[in-house]
Amino acid sequence: MSAITYLEAIRIAQEKALADDPRVFLYGQDVGNFGGAFKATKNLAKEFPGRVFDAPLSEDAIIGMAVGAAIEGMRPIVEMQFADFSTCGFNQIVNHAATLYYRTGVPCPIVVRLPSGGTSGGGPFHSQSMEALYAHYPGLVVMTPATVEDAYSMLLEAVALDDPVIFCEHKFLYYHLKADSLPGEALPVGKARLARAGRDATIVTHGAMLHESLAAAAELAEDGYEIEVVDLRTVKPLDTDTILASVARTGRLLCVSEEWPWGGVAAEVVARVSSEGFGLLDAAPQRLNAKDTPVPYHPDLWSVHRPTASAVAEAARRLLLI
Amino acid sequence: MPTQKEDASVTKSDYIKAYRVMLLARVLEEKLASLYRGGMIKGGVFLGRGQEALSVSVAMPLRKGDIYAPLIRDQAGRMAFGDTVLDTLRTYLGSQLGPMRGRDGNIHRGRPREGYYAMISHLGSMIPAVAGGLLARRLKGETGIVGATCIGDGGTSTGAFHEGLNAAAVEKLPLVLVVANNQYAYSTPNARQFACDDLVDKAIGYGVAGHKVDATDLAACLKTLRKAVKAARGGGGPQLVVGDLLRLVGHGEHDDGSYVDPALKKAHVGGDCVLLAAKHIVKQGWATEDDCAKWRREAEEEVNATVDKVRREPSPTAEDDDWAAFSNSDFAEIYAGA
Repeated sequence: MSAITYLEAIRIAQEKALADDPRVFLYGQDVGNFGGAFKATKNLAKEFPGRVFDAPLSEDAIIGMAVGAAIEGMRPIVEMQFADFSTCGFNQIVNHAATLYYRTGVPCPIVVRLPSGGTSGGGPFHSQSMEALYAHYPGLVVMTPATVEDAYSMLLEAVALDDPVIFCEHKFLYYHLKADSLPGEALPVGKARLARAGRDATIVTHGAMLHESLAAAAELAEDGYEIEVVDLRTVKPLDTDTILASVARTGRLLCVSEEWPWGGVAAEVVARVSSEGFGLLDAAPQRLNAKDTPVPYHPDLWSVHRPTASAVAEAARRLLLI
Repeated sequence: MPTQKEDASVTKSDYIKAYRVMLLARVLEEKLASLYRGGMIKGGVFLGRGQEALSVSVAMPLRKGDIYAPLIRDQAGRMAFGDTVLDTLRTYLGSQLGPMRGRDGNIHRGRPREGYYAMISHLGSMIPAVAGGLLARRLKGETGIVGATCIGDGGTSTGAFHEGLNAAAVEKLPLVLVVANNQYAYSTPNARQFACDDLVDKAIGYGVAGHKVDATDLAACLKTLRKAVKAARGGGGPQLVVGDLLRLVGHGEHDDGSYVDPALKKAHVGGDCVLLAAKHIVKQGWATEDDCAKWRREAEEEVNATVDKVRREPSPTAEDDDWAAFSNSDFAEIYAGA
């Protein structure tokens, strides 16, 4: 089998979900015969006639219709063309999908796929990381797969879950992250993964920042530092146990996230470790986020707006010296 | 307009059945207002006084298996669809035994699994939801289903109204969207809400059928809605129904509606559909004024007895609620203490 990209894994997962479960259908802008803006639904309309279809440019209606379909027992997967545009469907996500089970006892098994995060030249409205925004609202599962294997297995789990899932797939990983095969089994939803073992400091991260963090850890290893890297996989539920266990081993915490700093996933991790694991810390917990400005368009600005491997390494070195 | 001819298509039994639901809704809402003033209601009270004829007519032609997503002034329609005095009072009085278990109140109640969707407050949001429910039914191979939902004049200005109706039209879904143009969105008059001559003119822009009705006239409402529901059920795609009427109460019981133009109250649109329907029944010789008074007493007895029962029921307690926003119980452990 030739190498499978992160994007192809998402396509294959949707293909499998459609094949395995008659309740699954795909709805979103250009997802039909065109196969999606990123080709994440390529050939699926042909393969599953009448179950993969184009929506008008109406994010509110797309999500709202998914909620109605879920009430009727279906398992819709809807694609927002870019995560950024989900703000136009925000109300239906946070006020309708997220509240339905608590209010009525009827679950809302929808998957909202958000092509997320920055890529070179994306600019302010095609680059956003929205996981913290959705994690803020009770009732939403927020997934941020960082590997090809997780993109596949977590999307299948998202479809199987009875709760609404915000699936933050990272566009930066779409094409150049590859795997030889797709997994048959995966860690349970809500479980973080130890991506690299270490003893000197813990980096907690998710999404594309996993790879920047692993590169930073490799760079620091050349200087004799052993950095542990935790990939959150699912930011809500947040696997506080795995984080605390890692901090117990290392005594130092750096959270790395491509989101904006204010109220982000990194802030939540720092808050939890500070309140539940204060005694485990040998130094004040640190975080490294994107800069607190809109995401710039020009590649030279964008490349320093988000954390990079060298920025992560620099932040980790500062933490190790505290 | 030849009203006699129109009336001929609405049978005595349908008219009286609709009237008695309207009357029960009216009596129940009068009780809710009184309980509100007495401090017995948890939260707000939003009444549909003056809107009963249009509201009941939406739900009358619906069948078991159809979808209905009422809005805030649809007590009559809710009851015609199968909601009860008991569920209504349990929700308003905060009984743990109601369908919302104290987790949501008043007009936000529903039983989604029975096709009775529970509205969220964000106006227009239920239009895409009903459209999605209908899409799901189509994907499941069900035919002959109708989904009806209601909105006010103010709600037609929302993005969700536009997106939902447009998407439903593209899919040619059997959606009946009923606009109760009650002249005011809270305090905002029609003139500050929209610039078209008539809201029904919007139908052509969406490529859907439009229907206009005098919503003070029960027979006209029954006839128009029956036609719209039949058209949707028969594959005619979405139907936009606009009924003109006047909200005869404030936005909620906290609001005295002092901003309502007195001229509107005296105009035809300000007619009270419940009183007009009773007059019509007597005039037709279908029942006497005494019969109407007896029906009102029966409604009052049912409402009062149910209030007494519900007031003895338990309230939800913090200890009994599992405080779980996720249906997946595996997540509860992860959240423990968080």
